[in-house]
Amino acid sequence: MAAIYIAEVSKIYTGGVEAVKSVSIDIADGEFIVLVGPSGCGKSTLLRMVAGLETISRGTVTIGPRVVNTVDPAERDVAMVFQNYALYPHMTVYENLAYGLRNRKTPKVEIDARVAEAARMLEIEPYLDRKPRALSGGQRQRVAMGRAIVRKPAAFLFDEPLSNLDAKLRVSMRGEIKRLQKRLGTTSLYVTHDQLEAMTLADRLVVLNGGRIEQIGRPLDVYHAPASTFVASFIGSPAMNLVKGTLAGGRLHIGTHAIDLDHSASAEGPVTVGLRAEDLRLASAGEQALLFRVAYVEELGAQRLVHGTVEEQELTIALPPEAPLANELAIAVPIDRLHFFSAENGSRLHRPRGTGVAAGAAPARPQAVNLEPAL
Amino acid sequence: MRGTSGREGQQAPAKRVQFSSPFLPYLFLAPQLAIILVFFYWPSVQAVQSSFYLEDPFGFGSTFVGLTNYTDVLKSTEYLGIARFTAVFTALVTFFALATGLLLAVKADGVIRGNAADKTLLIWVYAIAPPVAGLIGMMFFNQHIGPMVELARWFGWDIKVGLDYSDTAFAMIVVSVWKQIPYNFIFFLSGLQGIPVSVREAATLDCRSELRRFWTVTLPLLAPTAFFLLIINTTYALFDTFGVIDVMVKDKAANNPITLVYKVYMDGFRGSDLGGSSAQSVILMLVVLVLTVFQFRFIERRVHYN
Repeated sequence: MAAIYIAEVSKIYTGGVEAVKSVSIDIADGEFIVLVGPSGCGKSTLLRMVAGLETISRGTVTIGPRVVNTVDPAERDVAMVFQNYALYPHMTVYENLAYGLRNRKTPKVEIDARVAEAARMLEIEPYLDRKPRALSGGQRQRVAMGRAIVRKPAAFLFDEPLSNLDAKLRVSMRGEIKRLQKRLGTTSLYVTHDQLEAMTLADRLVVLNGGRIEQIGRPLDVYHAPASTFVASFIGSPAMNLVKGTLAGGRLHIGTHAIDLDHSASAEGPVTVGLRAEDLRLASAGEQALLFRVAYVEELGAQRLVHGTVEEQELTIALPPEAPLANELAIAVPIDRLHFFSAENGSRLHRPRGTGVAAGAAPARPQAVNLEPAL
Repeated sequence: MRGTSGREGQQAPAKRVQFSSPFLPYLFLAPQLAIILVFFYWPSVQAVQSSFYLEDPFGFGSTFVGLTNYTDVLKSTEYLGIARFTAVFTALVTFFALATGLLLAVKADGVIRGNAADKTLLIWVYAIAPPVAGLIGMMFFNQHIGPMVELARWFGWDIKVGLDYSDTAFAMIVVSVWKQIPYNFIFFLSGLQGIPVSVREAATLDCRSELRRFWTVTLPLLAPTAFFLLIINTTYALFDTFGVIDVMVKDKAANNPITLVYKVYMDGFRGSDLGGSSAQSVILMLVVLVLTVFQFRFIERRVHYN
């Protein structure tokens, strides 16, 4: 187990394409960090640089006490779980698990013990003599996890390990990964494009966009105080509503609507207003409200998502299933739950009250975060 | 690429082609079957038949002699010597053609990833017809201008192709191997590129030694390709090297090494001993049959197909 320091790491491919742009992340020992972002944001490249599968163009990666930039991947003391499992098809499950240990001259007795332990933990004992092709997707995924666990590495690296599984299995494996990681206490770096996976797994999230860090923070902090419109629209489902408006004299103007704010806004002029679908509700009589035209409704059972427009700008509202529907609804504006972003660059304009979380536009070097007590 | 077994099960019926008439598939197969019939089965039957007869060299009839042709051949020390050389020749050509092809493919695989122009440059040698390859090979080993002879002279070795038995054998093997390398190379290369990148990367994290990774992961995954090539190369060394040998010995087998196939040709078409030559080709057919059965029974078992 070890801490990992990623310091101003860049990846520049031949031809000048910069896939990762000076990224810094301090990962505490035992922490579960999730790198999340759309495809092409550089998250996998960053992970592969930590693994040693890609060379590091600039900056340093430190695992435990060593800078590993020039260390052979097999010597970095990290284990990786791949998206398509990457099991050795010609080896049995046992041999797949034992391969890395055998190459490290681990005594046979120890290999047997470690494989048995990992197999028990992952409930793959009945399949130890089988070849990977005789296993289902979920079982293969467990074997891939087992291969990482038996090594007892300083860090686990996960490269979208669940994206080849069906939705139901994904949810259960997600829980299992979290449980195992807490139990083993191994530092983990996990790459995904699925914001839900990121939210549920992470001790801290790293939201990447175009090779840069948009925000680092605990899942709820990122959710409640997105640092930019990109993070706002990426984290949370449904995505945060982003509406164009203007701040002037303590009032927010959206089209012809004007809303009194209970505090003096820190900015004047055009802004992008962020509204979480679940923060919006139907207005009661006399409240200041927005006129909302309903386009269509998605019934989710526990809630209904109502899609429509306010002043020709698209908006989604999460309403309780019993809420009355009409073609036009009056929507109450939660003035203490509004997020303001710069209309020019999309960065957050003020700190949200009450949360006390630093949420700069792009924190270059976040403070080491206190670990929540292990479950 | 690899789905769950359930998904594969669903896909299987969609792949099956349905013919409206039960005769249609046979119609499509007919040209191929006709060619095999005319150029393989019919000559084979004729060879078996004439191996029991003593043919008049001038075509004035034939006498049934039973197994005499076979016993004559198998008792001949000259034939047994040629058989021994053929075995050594086949083993060496197959081994070196496969090994060199694999080595080059592994090295090229690290450099080119799907670069078609590079690949084409590397396989164009395969487009050369065997007699031409034999001719070029002869030039390499030419007494006056051959660079190989030059090279050997540096080490104090005076190569005399066509005169010295072992020198000719050496040249024959070198040229035959040289001719087959591009073919093996391209198959090994595509086999290597068919190994999932992530499996290799997983191995990079699991094993530091590149050589050990090659033996424990790459080579086993390449086994289906290697097995296919083993059969193809054995057949090549036994039969398709005819052109190379023909150019090298130019009908003057005298003291030069030849293989069984060339002996069949010499006896049948130069010596006009059709019966003996037929008996030899039947023996050769049986040898290849046994060899192929052996390869499938004992080697293919160790092959892992994905």
